[in-house]
Amino acid sequence: MSRASELSGANLITALDVVKDFSGHRALNHVSMEVPEGSIYGLLGPNGAGKTTLLRIINQITAPDQGSILFEGSPIGQEHRHIIGYLPEERGLYKKMKVGEQALYLAQLKGLSRQEAMKRLKLWFQKFEIEAWWDKKVEELSKGMAQKVQFITTVLHEPRLLIFDEPFSGFDPINVNLLKQEILQMKANGATIIFSTHNMASVEELCDHITLINESEAVLQGEISEIRDRYRANKYLVTFNGSKEQLTKGLDSPYDLLGIEENGMGQRATIQIKNEAKGTGDLIRNLLEITEIKAFQEILPGMNDIFIQVVNDTIQKKGY
Amino acid sequence: MNKIGLIIRREYLTRIRKKSFIIMSMLGPLIFAAYILIPMYFATLEDKEEKLMVVIDDSGLFTGRGPEGPVFTISGTETLKFQVVEGVPIETFKESFEESGYYGLLFIPSNILSSNSSLIYSTNQVSLEISEYLKRSMESEIEDLKLASHEIENIEKILLEVETSINVRNIKWTKDGKTQETNTGVVMAIGYLGGMLIFFFIFFFGSQVMRGVIEEKVSRIIEVIVSSVKPFQLMMGKILGVGLVGLTQFLIWMILSAVLVTGLKAAFFPELNQSPTEQVVASDLFMQGGTAQEPAMQTPENISIEDMDMAQEIFASLKSIPAGMILISFLFFFIFGYLLYAAMFAVIGSAVDNETDTQQLIFPVILPLILGLYVMISAISNPDNSLAFWFSIIPFTSPVVMMVRIPFGVPWWQLALSASLLVLTFLAMTWVAAKVYRTGILMYGKKNSYKEIWKWLRYSS
Repeated sequence: MSRASELSGANLITALDVVKDFSGHRALNHVSMEVPEGSIYGLLGPNGAGKTTLLRIINQITAPDQGSILFEGSPIGQEHRHIIGYLPEERGLYKKMKVGEQALYLAQLKGLSRQEAMKRLKLWFQKFEIEAWWDKKVEELSKGMAQKVQFITTVLHEPRLLIFDEPFSGFDPINVNLLKQEILQMKANGATIIFSTHNMASVEELCDHITLINESEAVLQGEISEIRDRYRANKYLVTFNGSKEQLTKGLDSPYDLLGIEENGMGQRATIQIKNEAKGTGDLIRNLLEITEIKAFQEILPGMNDIFIQVVNDTIQKKGY
Repeated sequence: MNKIGLIIRREYLTRIRKKSFIIMSMLGPLIFAAYILIPMYFATLEDKEEKLMVVIDDSGLFTGRGPEGPVFTISGTETLKFQVVEGVPIETFKESFEESGYYGLLFIPSNILSSNSSLIYSTNQVSLEISEYLKRSMESEIEDLKLASHEIENIEKILLEVETSINVRNIKWTKDGKTQETNTGVVMAIGYLGGMLIFFFIFFFGSQVMRGVIEEKVSRIIEVIVSSVKPFQLMMGKILGVGLVGLTQFLIWMILSAVLVTGLKAAFFPELNQSPTEQVVASDLFMQGGTAQEPAMQTPENISIEDMDMAQEIFASLKSIPAGMILISFLFFFIFGYLLYAAMFAVIGSAVDNETDTQQLIFPVILPLILGLYVMISAISNPDNSLAFWFSIIPFTSPVVMMVRIPFGVPWWQLALSASLLVLTFLAMTWVAAKVYRTGILMYGKKNSYKEIWKWLRYSS
């Protein structure tokens, strides 16, 4: 069995060993990625890591120098343009063109008939309560309004794959929420979504899988829950009732007290298990001897911490 | 619907709906006519101001004796008078010349016969017309003197007999054995008009393509579009759409000009055979204007027989010119010249981030076009010299230069060579342009240089 067919099982999009060079600069260095059908896939990474380049390659805007993109296991081609919707990072519409006319044009470029596009646009304009904008020129709209129009044109043809480059940038919190709801709705309808972002909260909230790209390379990939598991640091938050000194003195050596804080909720200690041989049961037994436990929970790393840790690690590895 | 079709449709519709298009379509023929007529009008404007020129004639050759003192033998014109002064050095005029109100001071040295030179002193530049007049007058005066010095009898009579003026009329033998009279002036005018139209068309609509590309880049819509269509489709759609706008405009101009010419013809030369429809169209045209009656009334009396003949000759000549041939080749060079340059303009548009950056890149592109214009102007009077020949073969200049040669008749092989070179260059240029365009449209903040463009050309697809 070849590697390609092996990888592409239930994947909608498979990136295989993609390399892209710009003059004197490698934007993508042997990046592979599997996007399962029906999932929300997050593409993370610092600015300039190569996220947009990868998204452009999947959109067939630029071609890779090496490697390939598969759509359901076969090389991506012209026939797939109609089933992909793309919202680029830099939003833009024809400024002098009227909103409705422009939306119709963009929908027709995605293969919809004029009548069908008209029908769907009417529904969307009602949904977003923007029917009054139909005959306005884009230059008369505010930035947020234009973004809404552009979002509609991205999803109007009900693509199977949606690609959003930094979808939340430039939207106010209310519209960000609206957008998130739409994304989840589209997932529920069976669409696959790839988006790039810096917004880690939205990653935890929405994504099933991620790829973290740093310095043109995929440095971390997988399911969110699995990644958070992988990066757990055996840290626990203990809410206790008792003397701080007793806790500090009574804690055995495999356990490290990282800090104690006190607020209205009570006293909380952050404890890390340093010895791999010891489990949570051992820690709880130790704690029971020295204080009264009110609550005990593991501190799982946030995507934000993981992001920062991985990026710093790769920087150290490269010896900067 | 085909995607290129959609793009062409958008480019076409958004442009012809613009106010500027509608205004240009209506005013175009008038502006074009004004462009030709106004310089002619200014040329005919005579300087009505009377000018007085002081003459110091040291040679004495040009000074005659009149009842009121010395008289200049050159009579002057309605607006140019002379006043001869004697025994006064030039320097006396120098200081107060401006206040004296003299137009200039003509100094004829005593040795003019051997030195062949004279001088005009003035505070302002003396007009070319006046200095030419003086030159001609003095030349003929001295020639007469020299002739007289040979003491030939009846010299004036002989000269009158010798004077000859030849009128050259051009009769063409057509292949079917007919003879046709052509007016070289008309042929030249048609070639000139065709070449100029192509020049303006390429320049105007080529830069519209460029601006369209920049607009898409600046507004950032380009990325959305090229995720739906191939960059090549977008580029060709834009070029063809804008080209169709140009053709539409041209068509409107043709129709309007035809109506205008028919109207003028009917008004000023009603004797020329007309079809009833033409008469109706013409009278309609004049009924609409408030001053309609006047020009129609005054025509027959005011136009001299000579004017009539000339006008008839021009219209006759228009009929004898191979109009179909000219129109077909005009459209061909019009379209392919535009396509070739539009591809280059598209490349420039894709390479820059805003319109001001185009300046340095645009120069090498329009240089051959302007060169073509100059060659065209020189080719009008000499359509078969080697300069005109080569520039009408080279694809970058051929659309402009060939047009001026065609009304004079161009061998078939030259036309075929020029046309096929143009088409081949267009195809090659489009291929190159598509490669650069594809990369350029996604590049922002790059240095605008041909070095950078060359680099993009070599990127893999």
